[in-house]
Amino acid sequence: MVERQSPLEPAPLEPELRTGSHGDFEHGVDVILSETRPRSILQLAAWPGQEKELISGIRTVTGLALPDGAGAGSTDGVKSVFGFAPGKFTVVDEAEGLGSAFANVVTPAIGTVTDLSHGRTAIRIAGPKAEWVLAKFFAIDFALPAFPVGAGRSTMHHDVFAQIQRTGADQFDIYVFRSFARSFWKALCHASEEVGYEVQ
Amino acid sequence: MLITCPYCGPRDVIEFTYQGDGNRERPQPASQDLDAWNAYVYNRLNPAGDHNEIWQHSGGCRAHLRVVRNTLTHEISSVAFARGDHKSVARHKTEGKS
Repeated sequence: MVERQSPLEPAPLEPELRTGSHGDFEHGVDVILSETRPRSILQLAAWPGQEKELISGIRTVTGLALPDGAGAGSTDGVKSVFGFAPGKFTVVDEAEGLGSAFANVVTPAIGTVTDLSHGRTAIRIAGPKAEWVLAKFFAIDFALPAFPVGAGRSTMHHDVFAQIQRTGADQFDIYVFRSFARSFWKALCHASEEVGYEVQ
Repeated sequence: MLITCPYCGPRDVIEFTYQGDGNRERPQPASQDLDAWNAYVYNRLNPAGDHNEIWQHSGGCRAHLRVVRNTLTHEISSVAFARGDHKSVARHKTEGKS
């Protein structure tokens, strides 16, 4: 497999891409930003009426059970899955080769598998102020009862389409188009400056 | 203006794309009825009140939605997936006239 290059490699004049503490961190670091670099990012879509077969196929391959409801999802720290549209799911794995694992399970009669591993960048924002920083970007409810752990949301920041999965009480994974990742990362850094952030 | 997407919940109108009047009936592709095609392409009801519209949640789940919006108040009285049911929801302008 071709070695993947991150779109977030730091350049000499871009300190916010370097690991370490930035912004107003003298009073503590309230947000941690990192790129999770999963090796597999897939989009699965079921034909109308085939949603249950697709959900059971996801459980067969990943071992993750999808709860009922729009935008529901789950994660075990290595693999993650969430619904982002009716009958459509994003499935992520830290390991390579998830697409071929689905090839025999999601048959052409059930739906489609699209490999987006090279097309999306996964950015993780964690910490006590993660919810607060994201609320500056997206006009959706980030409170835990409205956005439970495992659930996913598709929305956008200006015209940058983003899929967000809550992977912990104060942790979110954001999937953006690779070509927008660098500017989106910098916007996240600027928004995190006032609470102090650390790049890992 | 908020539109409550049946999948995503209430979202700002900036996430949605207007896809046109929801009252149009497209003639069969092979139809030679020029009046029907003319009506499909050009004729609009332009009501002052509830209006059937098609919107796409392009900045979210990308589903096409059948929306009833009041053109005077921008109140959204109904949102449903456009797939499947093609019946108009808003009262047709011509129906109310005697």
